[in-house]
Amino acid sequence: MPNHSFKLNGETVDVEVEDDVRLLWVIRDLLGVTGPKYGCGINVCKACTSHINGKAFNPCSVPVGAIKPTDEVTTIEGLADTAPGGDLHPMQQAWIDNDVAQCGYCQPGQIMAAVAKVRQCQAEGREVDDAAIEELRNICRCGTYNRIREAIKAGAEKM
Amino acid sequence: MPTHRATTTRSRPTEPAHRADVRRRSFLGLLVAAPVLVTAAEIGRQTIFDSVPDASAVALPSAPQPAEVYDLLDVIRDSARPTANLITVKVNKDGTVSFALPRSDNGQGIITSTQMIIAEEMNLDPDQVVVTLADARPELVFNQLTGGSSTTFSTYTPIRVAAALAQGRLLGAAANELDQDISVLTSRQGLITGPNGKSLPFGELTAKAAAPITEAANVVLKDREKFTVIGKNRTKSDALAMVTGKKKFTTDLKIPDALPTVICRAPDLNGFPRSVGNLGAIRAMPGVTDVVKVGNGVAVRAKTYGQCIDAVNAVEATWAAGTVSGEDDESVLRKLRRGELPLAVPKGVGKTLESDTVFYFRSNSSLETNCAIADVRANSATIWGPAKSPIAAQNEIAKKLGIPQNAVTFHVMEGGGSFGRKLFFDAALEAAEVSKAMGKPVKLMWTRSDDSRQGRVHPMATTRIRANVAGDAVASFEIRHTSVATETNPGLSEAITATAQKAPGGNLTVSESIWETTQVTPYNFGVSTRFLSEVDMRFNTSSMRNIYSPDVATARELMVDRIAAQMGKDPYEFRSEFTKLERWKKVVDRAAQEGDWGKSMADGTAQGIGMHVEYKGVACAVVELDCRPETVNREIRQARTGPRVTKVTYVVDVGLVINPRGVRAQMMGGINDALAMTLTSSLHLTDGHFVEASWDNYFYTRQWNTPPEMNIIVVDDSDAPEPGGVGEFGVAATCGAIACAYVRATGKTPTYFPLDHKDPLPFTPYPTSPPVPPSPVNGLETTF
Ligand code: FES
Ligand code: FES
Repeated sequence: MPNHSFKLNGETVDVEVEDDVRLLWVIRDLLGVTGPKYGCGINVCKACTSHINGKAFNPCSVPVGAIKPTDEVTTIEGLADTAPGGDLHPMQQAWIDNDVAQCGYCQPGQIMAAVAKVRQCQAEGREVDDAAIEELRNICRCGTYNRIREAIKAGAEKM
Repeated sequence: MPTHRATTTRSRPTEPAHRADVRRRSFLGLLVAAPVLVTAAEIGRQTIFDSVPDASAVALPSAPQPAEVYDLLDVIRDSARPTANLITVKVNKDGTVSFALPRSDNGQGIITSTQMIIAEEMNLDPDQVVVTLADARPELVFNQLTGGSSTTFSTYTPIRVAAALAQGRLLGAAANELDQDISVLTSRQGLITGPNGKSLPFGELTAKAAAPITEAANVVLKDREKFTVIGKNRTKSDALAMVTGKKKFTTDLKIPDALPTVICRAPDLNGFPRSVGNLGAIRAMPGVTDVVKVGNGVAVRAKTYGQCIDAVNAVEATWAAGTVSGEDDESVLRKLRRGELPLAVPKGVGKTLESDTVFYFRSNSSLETNCAIADVRANSATIWGPAKSPIAAQNEIAKKLGIPQNAVTFHVMEGGGSFGRKLFFDAALEAAEVSKAMGKPVKLMWTRSDDSRQGRVHPMATTRIRANVAGDAVASFEIRHTSVATETNPGLSEAITATAQKAPGGNLTVSESIWETTQVTPYNFGVSTRFLSEVDMRFNTSSMRNIYSPDVATARELMVDRIAAQMGKDPYEFRSEFTKLERWKKVVDRAAQEGDWGKSMADGTAQGIGMHVEYKGVACAVVELDCRPETVNREIRQARTGPRVTKVTYVVDVGLVINPRGVRAQMMGGINDALAMTLTSSLHLTDGHFVEASWDNYFYTRQWNTPPEMNIIVVDDSDAPEPGGVGEFGVAATCGAIACAYVRATGKTPTYFPLDHKDPLPFTPYPTSPPVPPSPVNGLETTF
């Protein structure tokens, strides 16, 4: 069986599994990192959103065979370590300050997408406004959208 | 335009004020013999005031309807009265106070509000209270049921009684130890201090305060005026766990050998396998460990879910037809029509207004799909899963496995959303069946397409209304709601039928009981009748943030606007004038004021107002809706746009508020649900199955739909002495307001909801066989 090696939350991991198994299942079922959630498996709900080399992506739609040994995959569990100082990433803190989460199931994906969106806006010199936030496709079936908006704007200030 | 102030044409009754007589009343709790201090109280026994207020003192032009005096919350609470249902508060040696909540938390924040209630009574910081979800406990019979937004209403007083008793015992023990009179001691954050500055922590006192024998004891509760925790904003206790990925949902658990398991299901709704042609080939697929044919399909267990799904899609089976084989939306509607009850008041008393509105099927799929872990052994079974009625689940699983109920252990997990679906335990039953058949532990998960196509739905229904308007009065107002039957699970139905005869009118069936105890027409509309008929068509149904109210409120509020127009009155002024109680009027007036009712709006946009009474509370929404072409026709990939709600003002009086932040959060969720229900999201039935297979087909509210402005106001000086229900209370009033705004913006009165149901589908449906849309492989092309 093929062996796959890549960086997950700062550590090099090795896993033996068929090439075509999607990365989400490799991360969750084989490596036991359960922050990214399953909500659709077809790159629609965005509950599994994580980062690859600092950019948002959806591991439910990437075969593990497409991941290179040098690729750095970050899930919600590793997000705090990507921010300087403190225990939490400013976006996580903004989420707590705004008591965003309801059931919490979508929120790891929401936070990872929000961080990437803010970085994208900053790189493009755009404001993190309602229009930018409305580009996010993450579903929250508990309907926490308006708190998410507040939190993203607050988190962006500190990023 | 400034806010209108309607003149009241008649004096309205206010609800009886109970606060004063509550104050010094003492309650009965139990001291439980144990090595540390354990106190208990009975759920269902303790109420602050009689649950049936004295309605005879209230002179109303419309006779009070059952739900006004005795609503579903009372039914659920009172169903517990005959049984001994103890909940216990325990003071631990480490100084924490623990409590196992016999309810399920799927994000409603009831763990946090329970911490607050205990902390208040024991003068603790809420963090010092450890609240966990209780495993299924059969002795709690009806009380381990989370539904109908009943939790806080049912548990508020008993939890306070147990906590107050514990506080009293600790003070007594401290008085002994410190040799001080109890009246000079203060209790703060788990420390009891005497006037000499000496203090003792709860942890040291608990053994001394423990009861040698179990005995009943009286206790007086803290005055509401002295509350310091209840009524203050509090962030959810698991907020940190949720933003760091540490919160564990069922499929995140690592139970030894419980490998991913998925069932391959039939193309038809509720079809089942007759035979499987390639079991051997499936078993040989990568990662697969076990394949068995079970009642609902073919179960595959594998190392990863991805491999389960690949195997599921390779299954070659012949399938029996489903329960609605060949049916579609319109054929179901024709059956509903045949079940419609006649309207009783003849036309022609004054001006007769009639409406007939169809509500199509809607999905109550949460973001976490149905799931459960089962480890079934020869004579026992252990189950993990989200369940709002774990006792019923335990009972059904035991029956299915042929073992005694007490041989089934059900660990209640926090769920990733519920919206009514987790009153049921479909996945737990299946997991038990599959684990037994395979002889191994399984972690069973429904795929999104199963959850959407085969999962429970909010039933299709019609609401017909006839109103007779004579001059400046409404002589009659009749509602006939005809619905595909809503299933109530065993737990709920037992709880409801056990007390159904208590509701005025008595002896009703389960759904009639729920109807009778939830539906209120909140206006003085003369002869006012509301009847339900249900047509059983073998659909998998359940409530969705309420069963009937959102639909009935939509139809009712539309008719209220028509009546107002008939009388030449403004929609807000009409509601303010005709609503029955002073407490309700206050909320309507406040919403109009805060929402700037009557302000000038651009062509193609409009305000709408809707009110709703339920759960011992009252809510009023003022919305602004943009129906201009440039908004309606916005293009967003794989999305529904359409009319956009640009602002919602929501005023809600839910009685005593434990955690205002939690209440606002629940309202926000309900408002976003209301947008989906009226504007964008429905299921389409075609040829015996639902078309929608995922979130790119089923258009629940997204960031691009949600109102940019939302102002939720929770009334903090309610006259009501107890907390009402909040879990589902954001939906109905908002639905009504959106529908009314649409009519005002476009001049068109919709005859069905959601508004876009008959528009061409903006997607190509996924096939029903193979059942799971395959995962794309191009995920690295959509990074940002
Ligand atoms: S599970 Fe990956 S986008 Fe939905
Ligand atoms: S918080 Fe429950 S799905 Fe978003």
